[in-house]
Amino acid sequence: MTPAQDTAADGSASQDDSLSVEAIHLRIRRQDRPDSPAYWQDFRLPYEADHNVVSALLALRSNPVTTSGQRVEPVAWERNCMEEVCGSCAMLINGVPRPACSALVDQLEQPIVLAPLPKFPVVRDLVVDRSRIDTGFQHVKAWIDIDGAWDTHEGAPRISPRQWSDNYLYSRCMSCGCCMAACPQFGPHANFIGPAPLAQVRLMNSHPTGRYDKTERLHAIMGEGGLSDCGNAQNCVRVCPKAIPLTTAIGELGRETTLQALKDLFG
Amino acid sequence: MTGSGGAIVIGGGLGGLWATLTLANAGFPVQLFSLFEVRRSHSVCAQGGINAVLDTKGQHDSVRQHIIDTIKGGEYLANQPPIKSMCESAPGLIRTFDRMGVTFSRTAEGLLDQRLFGGVKNKRTCFAGASTGQQLLYGVDQQVRRLESLGQVTKHEWWEFLELLKDEAGNCRGILAMGLNSLEVRAFPAEVVVLATGGFGQIYAPNTTTSTNCTGAAASRCYRQGARFANAEFFQFHPTTMIGRDKTRLMSEAARGEGGRIWVPRTPDDRRAPKSIPEAERLYILEEMFPSYGNTVARDEASRAIWRVTRQMGLGLRGTDRVYLDLTHLDRSFVATRLGAILDIYRKFAGVDPLDEPMEIFPAAHYPMGGLWVDFERDANGGMVSESPRNHATSIPGLYACGECDYAYHGANRLGANSLLSASFSGRVAGASAACYLRGLGSDRPRLRQHDIDSLIARQESLNQHMMRSDGPESPFQIHRELGELMTAKVGVVRANPELEVALEELRELDARLDRIRLGDAKQWANQSLSFARQLRDMLQLAMVVTQSALARDECRGAHYKPEFKLAIPEGKFPGDPEFEDYRARWQANNARWLKTTIAEHRPDGPKIDFEPVDTSLYPPVNPRDYR
Repeated sequence: MTPAQDTAADGSASQDDSLSVEAIHLRIRRQDRPDSPAYWQDFRLPYEADHNVVSALLALRSNPVTTSGQRVEPVAWERNCMEEVCGSCAMLINGVPRPACSALVDQLEQPIVLAPLPKFPVVRDLVVDRSRIDTGFQHVKAWIDIDGAWDTHEGAPRISPRQWSDNYLYSRCMSCGCCMAACPQFGPHANFIGPAPLAQVRLMNSHPTGRYDKTERLHAIMGEGGLSDCGNAQNCVRVCPKAIPLTTAIGELGRETTLQALKDLFG
Repeated sequence: MTGSGGAIVIGGGLGGLWATLTLANAGFPVQLFSLFEVRRSHSVCAQGGINAVLDTKGQHDSVRQHIIDTIKGGEYLANQPPIKSMCESAPGLIRTFDRMGVTFSRTAEGLLDQRLFGGVKNKRTCFAGASTGQQLLYGVDQQVRRLESLGQVTKHEWWEFLELLKDEAGNCRGILAMGLNSLEVRAFPAEVVVLATGGFGQIYAPNTTTSTNCTGAAASRCYRQGARFANAEFFQFHPTTMIGRDKTRLMSEAARGEGGRIWVPRTPDDRRAPKSIPEAERLYILEEMFPSYGNTVARDEASRAIWRVTRQMGLGLRGTDRVYLDLTHLDRSFVATRLGAILDIYRKFAGVDPLDEPMEIFPAAHYPMGGLWVDFERDANGGMVSESPRNHATSIPGLYACGECDYAYHGANRLGANSLLSASFSGRVAGASAACYLRGLGSDRPRLRQHDIDSLIARQESLNQHMMRSDGPESPFQIHRELGELMTAKVGVVRANPELEVALEELRELDARLDRIRLGDAKQWANQSLSFARQLRDMLQLAMVVTQSALARDECRGAHYKPEFKLAIPEGKFPGDPEFEDYRARWQANNARWLKTTIAEHRPDGPKIDFEPVDTSLYPPVNPRDYR
């Protein structure tokens, strides 16, 4: 989150100022296909105080005419819940990766510049392919190995409220990909698995039965593309819309992997 | 294209993922289809919790009471055997979720905590912070990913279900689906299909709390291919939601429970800042209309009262639908502690702090009780037989339905925190039933003919090309807006037959206008407008089913409210009094006439409506609901 934008948003926008704005100016990066070149288009929408970036794009698709008067195809982008819990609508908004549904137009500097979430391959316009997050989850076995989805007449072991509240922070990850987009180490140029799957290792390893596979998960992040590729830029934790303490998880995993390496060495 | 394809599950929310797990655990290969990555499904939006009787709060809660609460909450309209089995299975489901690592909130001793939820007297609701649906979905999503890594499940994300493949005998034998990026239409043969595609709140958009993908298109497509649709007229409206341009967001009932007051200025179009309006010039809607309950009156009553004030008395804020939900008179730290989640949502999406300014709210379409009709097999104890190919079977052989897209558990209205339960339970049951069905199949089934499949694909592709080349005067997005406005105004909280007749006529006009659209996007790649315009046709079909069903039911029951046919309890009269007994007799006569499942079947000239009896064998309706 660039601090400058936030202050401008909260600080100066008095009721009168916002009323004097007559239009919403969107500058959007378009791309027709994964292999075609990107280009920019500008749009103006009638101003409404309660627009967010998703609702503005919804309004725009009814009448997608650029500021130069050209009628173009509606912008492609992802959205679903619009309550910042499904993770679909993450994109780059004024240079910051964040969910579009909770990006209120009144709190953004204009023109509002929209680009696809970086680091992921573009599908079309603002839609990207985030399957690398899934690959990461697969790689670290981000699940509890249960015998089957039937009742064993016993729940999981008890979990203290304190441990619950630590774990809950991580379980709120909606894999929107903002942390990955902001991470300098993650991207098409590198194998780094990225912050979101790492945080899942932290979550699964602290579960009383998930712990049984702790060693395997640690080994999965000890090789190439694993934890040691983190450059400690701390961008991930700054952009996470759910305020997940990603760097804390990475720090804890650093200690765990060191211990594991010693264990591996000396049995 | 004729080989066996095992099972197909369409939809990756709670219902679909449970069905997938159950089928895969039974040893059948599963192909899982979803419009997007499954973990982004609408199940994540459920905040409150999931009901299960654990009886850990010293209140002598019982499964029997959960069953009765569910039956009465639905005003007896749901078949009772499935409800019995659901409530009995709930604790086991919770234990299974717990083993999956779901972060349920805990008591000081580290056990699962339970809290009180609307419409019941006991603490029966498990929850995971304020994001229960998200946590439950992730629990099953992780398990499905595990099975995927073992090769037991194949995911087809970014594929849209278009139509069912049927053999000569009418059995469902797979699907046609369209890749949402490539726009390729492809046949996926299978021996059984489970539909778990959620609700259809988008027919009320943007006046709905549901996600943009909750169009009901998939269920509508099955309906058009012969699946019966049940109880479509029952749609729950949530009284306190925050209206946005894109959607309305739920403000939990807790806001009223903790002392929030609902009001409007007494003078229409009063533009003063809310806090500068004196008490005497405010109409405290619920307190005036329901002196004994005030702001904590039941959901449906609250919705109707707000409706009356805005739509009939014209007292909505600034001439809109909105009314105030005011927390500003309460102690700030009290509100911050008790209603933190609501404050966060409102601050985040309205950019206004409800501690400083009253929130603006209106009732919105929240949850359809109706859906695809599904069968059940009753056991000797009044529940569902645990393994039967009949459970959750639709009227098309080989097609099963579960989750919000079926109609089975909620009757005329749904109990709070029963939706995550019914989605999970029905998904598991549908998976088990589909597995039974697969085991019972003979080896001599007629084969699908490649020629037939090819012509279906060609028909779908030509429909796509036709739409992409369309160049008419209409916009699909505008038609969708008009659909939402129409349904909200005429098939919403309060209904009347003349208006419903008009609504049907207008729906036909919208449907005709859809033939004259300009899609505005001819690109053969990731064409979202194409997919949307196709879904809009299906939404219009479903809207007609809802409207026709609402027209057919001349009574007030649960979420379906037609004041013309209201049976009012005589004031001040109680059982034993002749006036009350006369009312009881009328209530019973009304049940004899209307306590029936509405069944809609597709016909070229519109839905054909019929009624079928409800199994009320466990807890028959003897006494009218009486909240006095």
